[in-house]
Amino acid sequence: MKAFGGKVLFLDRSDINTDEIIPAKYLTEITKEALKPYVLEDLSLDGFDPKKDVEGKAVIVTRGNFGCGSSREHAPWALEVNNINVVIAESFARIFRQNMYNCGLLAIELPKEKIDYIFKTYKGQDVTISVDVDRDKILLSSNGKTEEIDFKIGEFDKTLVREGGWVDYADKKY
Amino acid sequence: MGKTLAEKIFDAHRVDMPFPDTHVLKLDAVFCHEITTPIAITDLQARGKDRVFDPSRIKAVIDHVTPAKDSKTAEQGKILREWAKRNGIKDFFDIGRNGVCHALFPEKGFVRPGYTVIMGDSHTCTHGAFGAFAAGVGTTDLEVGILKGVCAFRFPKTIKIVLNGKLRPGVFAKDVILFVIKELTVNGATNMVMEFTGPVVDEMSMESRMTLCNMAIEAGGTCGVCYPDMTTVDYLWKYIKDEFKTKEDALKEYSKWISDEDAVYEKVYEFDVSDLEPMVTFGNKPDQVKPVREMAGTKIDQIYIGSCTNGRIEDLRVAAKVLEGKKISDDVRGIVSPATPEVYNMALKEGIIEVFQNAGFCVTNPTCGACLGMSNGVLASGESCASTTNRNFNGRMGRGGTVHLMSPATAAASAIEGKIVNSSLFE
Repeated sequence: MKAFGGKVLFLDRSDINTDEIIPAKYLTEITKEALKPYVLEDLSLDGFDPKKDVEGKAVIVTRGNFGCGSSREHAPWALEVNNINVVIAESFARIFRQNMYNCGLLAIELPKEKIDYIFKTYKGQDVTISVDVDRDKILLSSNGKTEEIDFKIGEFDKTLVREGGWVDYADKKY
Repeated sequence: MGKTLAEKIFDAHRVDMPFPDTHVLKLDAVFCHEITTPIAITDLQARGKDRVFDPSRIKAVIDHVTPAKDSKTAEQGKILREWAKRNGIKDFFDIGRNGVCHALFPEKGFVRPGYTVIMGDSHTCTHGAFGAFAAGVGTTDLEVGILKGVCAFRFPKTIKIVLNGKLRPGVFAKDVILFVIKELTVNGATNMVMEFTGPVVDEMSMESRMTLCNMAIEAGGTCGVCYPDMTTVDYLWKYIKDEFKTKEDALKEYSKWISDEDAVYEKVYEFDVSDLEPMVTFGNKPDQVKPVREMAGTKIDQIYIGSCTNGRIEDLRVAAKVLEGKKISDDVRGIVSPATPEVYNMALKEGIIEVFQNAGFCVTNPTCGACLGMSNGVLASGESCASTTNRNFNGRMGRGGTVHLMSPATAAASAIEGKIVNSSLFE
């Protein structure tokens, strides 16, 4: 299985919708790579600069209902082509969450207390998160210290991540 | 223990449960449009799997940007068009016959009670108005739907929303659903089906029920559903009359798609909407909703009447009633987009198009265009739009623009005044 994780981008807001992740005017692109410059272009978040803050990040940590709104899979694709392969949130919108797993990316839900804790402890610091899917652990590293946080995802989600997506799996099976 | 409508549909369509809480359902219909389908098509081609599970169960339309506005959108249309032809998809709606998918496909009789439907579009929840399970999905799920006719879902818990009382004149399904979203919040129904019942829903036309179910996604809902009844049968009758001897027979058959009285719900809301006023959104989330009265006087630059939420004939009739003999303010631009060619034709015959044009509206062809800021009415920075659409997200109708969601009646009245105001229909 591929490795998940890297430097963290903190997006301290709830209800970030897929129009903010990738505006509709870019949905006329027919390759995923073409979405790269536009990720999070319309995000309303004080102090956030999509041109500077996304570069070098692989993990997003955010609040509730991430990815609400449009069904566009362009949202996970825009993250993926910017090398972001994990989003950790208090909750996700259904379609976005499924799209992440269907692309073989991780959408991990943690209880509010744990999300609060991660923001309180690590926001503003140089922090790295790596995800061990087999052991259901998130490893946070900052300033030479590390800690582990447990998470849970479904068997179907794990299978999609292992198989690298849903299309071949479904074609074989159904 | 009884079952909900959604549980009954799941039971009737489940082909596999490969993992706990993973229900693979057989699909009765897969709908496609030119924004989310072309990438699925090119991916299937790249995998050497350019086939479809059943061309008669796949329906496709070019609706988001039509006529094509540039080379990229022309290319998207071309990919969809050639794919439909190559794979024998007869129900493909190209320019001249195309309309907004969630208005066009119901109008063509493609959705029946008890059906399972997916589309690469979040407002697919609209079709639950027929007592179907209809869910928006991403491109990968759509791709598997096209290829194999199946889709995987987690078990849908159901929220029951009982709408009691009687709506006041000038208050419509749009006002009701904005109120419900305000009560539930933007993720109050995430991963759940929203079942709309009660005397107010019983009284509603199919168009109004579609408006209700259309915005279920704005509360996070997987699908909005209404129980099939004689209104449903009447709407579908021209398509089903060869299947049933009488309308009563059809109703009897479709009545299996109603929740049992002892069905178990995640939550039940009872709202008496007799005193509900026309509602409007502020801010950038669809749950930021106030009575129009509290927003009255808010200046607007553009009025947009159309979309899968409120671009049907009933909506145009109401707006025309408000606009009849009036002119819109010199300070605003009015745009109306009938959602389908049939809606356009009816509006033409009924003199509604004339009312809009005399009032100073621009009448466009059926398209999704402006609702998501793609074409036909994009806002400039700093402008605001009184809109009958479904999303007021930041930048939704154009970067730096603001969207206020409202009913067609309120939008028409606001066009006349050049600012947000209650319609003359509201007493």
